[in-house]
Amino acid sequence: MHNKLLKWCLSAMSLAMLSGGSFASYDVNIPPPKTVIAHQIYNLHLYILVVCAIIFVVVFGWMFLALLKHRKSVGHKAEQFHENTTVEIIWTVIPFLILVALAIPATKTVLEMKDTGNADMTIKVTGYQWKWEYDYMQDGVRFFSNLKTPRDQIGEPNAPATAQKNPEYLLEVDNPMVVPAGKKVRLLITANDVIHGWYVPQLGVNQYGIPGFIKEVWINVDKPGVYKGQCSQICGKEHGYMPITVVAKSEEDYKAWTDEQKKKAAASAEDPSKVWTLDELKAKGQQVYAANCQACHQANGMGIPGTFPALNGSKIATGPKADHINTVLNGKAGTAMQAFGKQLSDTEIAAVVTYERNSWGNKTGEVIQPADIKSARK
Amino acid sequence: MSATHAHDHGHDHHGPEGFFGTLKHYVTTTNHKDIGSLYLWFALIMFFVGGAMALLIRLELFQPGLQFVRPEFFNSLTTVHALVMIFGAVMPAFVGFANWLIPMQIGAPDMAFARMNNWSFWLMPPAALLLFSSFFVPGGAAASGWTLYPPLVIQQGISVDMTILAIHIMGASSIMGSINIITTILNMRAPGMTLMKMPLFVWTWLITAYLLIAVMPVLAGSVTMLLTDRHFGTHFFNAAGGGDPTMFMHIFWFFGHPEVYIMILPAFGIISQIIPAFARKPLFGYASMVYATASIAILSFIVWGHHMFTVGFPASGQLFFMYATMLIAVPTGVKIFNWISTMWKGSMTFETPMLFALGFLVMFTLGGFSGLVLAVTPVDITLHNTYYVVAHFHYVLFGGAVLSIMAGVYFWLPKWTGRMYNETLGKWHFWLTAIGFNLTFFVQHFLGLAGMPRRIPDYALQFAEFNAISTIGAFVLGISQLLFFYNVLSCIKSGAKAADKPWEGADSIEWTLLPTPAPYHSFETPPVIK
Repeated sequence: MHNKLLKWCLSAMSLAMLSGGSFASYDVNIPPPKTVIAHQIYNLHLYILVVCAIIFVVVFGWMFLALLKHRKSVGHKAEQFHENTTVEIIWTVIPFLILVALAIPATKTVLEMKDTGNADMTIKVTGYQWKWEYDYMQDGVRFFSNLKTPRDQIGEPNAPATAQKNPEYLLEVDNPMVVPAGKKVRLLITANDVIHGWYVPQLGVNQYGIPGFIKEVWINVDKPGVYKGQCSQICGKEHGYMPITVVAKSEEDYKAWTDEQKKKAAASAEDPSKVWTLDELKAKGQQVYAANCQACHQANGMGIPGTFPALNGSKIATGPKADHINTVLNGKAGTAMQAFGKQLSDTEIAAVVTYERNSWGNKTGEVIQPADIKSARK
Repeated sequence: MSATHAHDHGHDHHGPEGFFGTLKHYVTTTNHKDIGSLYLWFALIMFFVGGAMALLIRLELFQPGLQFVRPEFFNSLTTVHALVMIFGAVMPAFVGFANWLIPMQIGAPDMAFARMNNWSFWLMPPAALLLFSSFFVPGGAAASGWTLYPPLVIQQGISVDMTILAIHIMGASSIMGSINIITTILNMRAPGMTLMKMPLFVWTWLITAYLLIAVMPVLAGSVTMLLTDRHFGTHFFNAAGGGDPTMFMHIFWFFGHPEVYIMILPAFGIISQIIPAFARKPLFGYASMVYATASIAILSFIVWGHHMFTVGFPASGQLFFMYATMLIAVPTGVKIFNWISTMWKGSMTFETPMLFALGFLVMFTLGGFSGLVLAVTPVDITLHNTYYVVAHFHYVLFGGAVLSIMAGVYFWLPKWTGRMYNETLGKWHFWLTAIGFNLTFFVQHFLGLAGMPRRIPDYALQFAEFNAISTIGAFVLGISQLLFFYNVLSCIKSGAKAADKPWEGADSIEWTLLPTPAPYHSFETPPVIK
């Protein structure tokens, strides 16, 4: 046990020093701002920091002087004064004036941040446990954005990571939010289950998504580029694993992207009358399971005892399929098992339920078709 | 106990000795000195328990990736670490000081309600036990952050209900303690001890007690609504039922903001006793200190929205809370200037209590600066829920509250025990703490500015270097607290005998009118204050 810990410490330190070379980051400031508001935030912070630094030097210079000169060991005798009204008024008024000087530019920025009118387009952003959904309502384009970093780069207690962490570790997603640069984009931010925070520092946005409510912010990205962020409000076990990527494109590139998305949406609308085989469903179901269920119920279907129930051998997954379908569609109130009905299509739910009922030790032999899910939705 | 003869035996007690005798004594004691010690020991133990959780958190954060704990357990650690440090360490420590010092500093024989005082303490260990057992129930301890926001907290298991009950119990303890403190201060001062002649420590506790009575019931209300939303079919915080998660945030932070002032005002009081003693000069601007403390307390009720700048208030809301929050810097600055003016032209020596008081001045001011940065709404947008906030509150809570508690312990140990602590060990403790603390938390400002969110067990690679440094600092900080534990224990057991007035410049009446150690019953006849 001691040897193992020692070996771990030594390899961790050498890994830190080695990887330090390529990714070492001693960034001490806000990341480079890329929207009008972000620029204002960056400058405001610098301004306040400089003011605080000056006050720090003056005040603690004063204290330091006292520590040096007014000590018993150099023979200084204590005077006995204990008030001075003039001085006290001065050091009440001057800080107040400094605060006013800080508040004026800050007020301007607050008012500008709240002005969401006259937007060129709107995107609805919804936080889920544990991914983001982007809905381009006027274009009919809607998709989820999941963390793309493979689990084998992350590791877990007693099962260290088996793959090296890539440079985009924990910041990469499968489907980024794409926006046109130079246009005012209004974001309507909400959540599906618990409070999440949509936070992209370079865009100057940090907005809670509150389930049942919609909050407005706006961005106008200076120029095309890729901007990263993370969820900023604790939302459960995978709170650290639901990043945000915003890709700003030129107007033409953005139009091309939108057209492509619309085509994809049309193509993936599945034929509702197709009859799927067990193997087809299990293959698709395994993918859906990995992306949506595995975080809690685990790859081996055994869950985490006491926290997340096992599906392998469970009554739900081997008993009446109607109950199983209902749980996936509608969730379980008062627990972290949410309603996947809105997030997953009929085909995806049919596939994952079929997978769960025919994997590990479960051998129901049942095949659930998308039409079954469609009729279960009420 | 008759009032006609002085009791000179320090901590002697009358009655059966032996283990069970001692146990019975402390379970039934109504003596403010005994109860003060009980609170302080409880707080010290909780400090180490909460500290161990912090070290586990920093261990996981030493490197990117998940090595030691599962994410859900990590979330429980951050939640319970905060609850333990706030409700188990800092607040009870200050109550311990209140119990020991308030009667002695105002010339009273004990607290007004001595038996209720006993109940106030003995509620705490069961509450702590409840909180710790929540780790062992299905689902693990609450994992929502100490702020318990719904809807997340509604999803979690029975540990949340246990936490809610623990909060109720600790709240009752605080409210009873505050009633006791206010009644004692307002009614039992010795003749001649007008309000404006009281030591500043007593003033800060008088004001803190009012804050506690005002806001602990609000916390109780908010967590009770969580309980009914969880189990009794209400939907206060559920939009589908017509409720609003934001309402919880308003109610919680209406408690939460005054709570942080509850945790710092007694610190201001302690520092205001120590600096004049070691500068051998009276506190500068006594009246302004009282008014500044009162202003801070009143302002603390109207700033809660600065914890909610990312919720989406209309501009008027953002601006109001920004202005009100920035305003608190004014009375706080006045206090800092007054402390430095106390030192100015004094005749200072730098024994351990003074070192910790100076550490407080610098660290707390740094925390105040990061607080000012966060007060400015647009800047808060980029810093909310990042490590910048974690850095800020650890500077004010550890660098402020905890350093002042340590300063106070070193300062008053001689009065409490009649023995001196080891000065060399005390200085080592101070410097290791100062270095470890800054190594741990200063770099967290950079992590926050760079955009690292809080309450995450794993992070992107650009945050690795500062996280590694922070973890090393945390272990230096954590381990050096063992020096403190050892110093306190060996002082009590075998410290050198203290002089009647070990601190030349200390001039409150517990130093000038009482022997060292203070007798078990003091001021049974009230002194007359000129």
